[in-house]
Amino acid sequence: MSEHSTYVPGTAVEKWLDDRLPVVRFAKEHLMDFPTPKNLNYWWTFGAILVMCLGVQIVTGIILAMHYVPNVALAFDSVEHIRRDISGGRVIQATHAVGASMFFVALYIHMFRGLFYGSYKAPREILWILGVVIFLLTTATAFMGYILPWGQMSFWGATVISNIFSAIPLVGDSIKQLVLGGFAVGNPTLNRFFSLHYLLPFIIAAVVALHIWALHVPGNNNPIGVDVKDSRDTVPFHPYYTMKDLFGMVLFMIPFAWFVFFAPDILGHPDNYIMANSQVTPSHIVPEWYLLPFYTILRAIDFNILFIDSKLGGVIAMGGAMACLLVVPWLDTSKVRSGVFRPMFRWFYGLFVINFIALMYLGAQEAAEPYTTLAKVCTAFYFLYFLVILPVLSRIETPKPLPTSISESVLGNKAHA
Amino acid sequence: MHSYGETDLSTQAEHSSTNRRDFLYIATGAVGAVGAAAVVWPLINQLNPDASTLALASIQYNIAPIEEGQSVTITWRGLPVFVRHRTPKEIEEAKAVPMADLKDPETDEARTKPGHEQWLIMIANCTHLGCIPVGQSGDFDGWFCPCHGSHYDSAGRIRRGPAPKNLVVPPYEFLSDTLVQIG
Repeated sequence: MSEHSTYVPGTAVEKWLDDRLPVVRFAKEHLMDFPTPKNLNYWWTFGAILVMCLGVQIVTGIILAMHYVPNVALAFDSVEHIRRDISGGRVIQATHAVGASMFFVALYIHMFRGLFYGSYKAPREILWILGVVIFLLTTATAFMGYILPWGQMSFWGATVISNIFSAIPLVGDSIKQLVLGGFAVGNPTLNRFFSLHYLLPFIIAAVVALHIWALHVPGNNNPIGVDVKDSRDTVPFHPYYTMKDLFGMVLFMIPFAWFVFFAPDILGHPDNYIMANSQVTPSHIVPEWYLLPFYTILRAIDFNILFIDSKLGGVIAMGGAMACLLVVPWLDTSKVRSGVFRPMFRWFYGLFVINFIALMYLGAQEAAEPYTTLAKVCTAFYFLYFLVILPVLSRIETPKPLPTSISESVLGNKAHA
Repeated sequence: MHSYGETDLSTQAEHSSTNRRDFLYIATGAVGAVGAAAVVWPLINQLNPDASTLALASIQYNIAPIEEGQSVTITWRGLPVFVRHRTPKEIEEAKAVPMADLKDPETDEARTKPGHEQWLIMIANCTHLGCIPVGQSGDFDGWFCPCHGSHYDSAGRIRRGPAPKNLVVPPYEFLSDTLVQIG
């Protein structure tokens, strides 16, 4: 990317540094001068919003770890201690808890943006896969974080999810005991989850660095999905997109702040304000909202498939749902990236979004009719979309004519208005 | 003096596809890999259940106070365990079920001890994902797991829902008519 460099060291000191460690040059190339398509819309601000979310979680998390005690006898009280006694602890704890939800709001929007505009297509497959890896790591981190307050949902959520390991044939129970450090969720589990919950965000940060590296090789996709042809198609990242991203962040902080200050517990579950009790299961276990679509898929498989029993089947289905995301660059072979120019794709994409929201809704419902049947239908559509609809559409669809360049499409829109 | 130079060495390498140096590379790599695995093993193994957890592996429990039709939940190895004093009706129902109706076929006799058929002792975690089923409910006069909707009958056998297996019967024995040792 050095061809974009316009950095000329101004002073002898800058020159001296540039010859030894060109950090200033690197920052100027990648954070300021980086040529960015000039037609990016607000859906593109969520990348920067996610970086902010990760930062908020790390800062508030480090502070919480100064007061939190990872021990089954003390954990629940220590969280209440943070909320009631620590100066400003109420807001810091709420920011961390609400922040997890806001992180996933931005994460899902960012992913659905990529799915609509074909941001996973060549040459951005690695960029997309790293994004899915970040999603999986964030899910694991959020899950382990939810165990730490040691409420009823913490405990039973951990029990249900760790039982997923026991579905593995032959070695399942040994792996489960290895993960939990006992025969059931207990103090060793809480301790190790705390340790890993502290570690994973830094691993996520490292994968984010790779994600941005992989972004800066081909450069950004854009709403029309047509490659950048010349410098007229782009503007420098700074100030155009630093300002747009900052504005996006400000808008994003409004609902974030509303939750933190006015409804810090609304996204949680009342059962989690009862201390963990291994003898009583809450009548209705619900994971956090952001895990619900995958939870629905897990429990939708309540029947044996050939020699695979229902439990292993559910685990395979849930893993498969995530694996579909990893291989989507090779399932959707349409040469047209952007959904804007794909008349049939748009409808199915719309259905997919509605279906995903339906999966989320169903995950929070009881395991009874009509929800169990609906869960099967929605699970089937989820897989149908990736495994059948996308590959078939790529073959039969006639896309609308593409603009010849980003520049032309931007000016064309202006002429119409 | 004859120079023992680069030409000689490269000719030798071209002639034999594997030589002593290749063997040394592979041997060094193999020893290194074994060494790394030996270091990783204790780092993983420390995650396994510790001695204090394993020490709680066996308990004794007095079942005398449990009335017919009553059920208690006790703790064994950190797991909840049902001790159920079944009614004659429940035992009859359990024995009447044809094996063909069962997802995980097991007779009522196989799940109880001879002469103590009224006592049903099972680990109280649903075999699906580990929730504690609710007693005396569900469609089969046994247990119902509210988490994902598994129904168990009066012998704790899975009848409907996503759970793959019957509720697990732990190893136990009757030390006397009223004293049970689990584990």
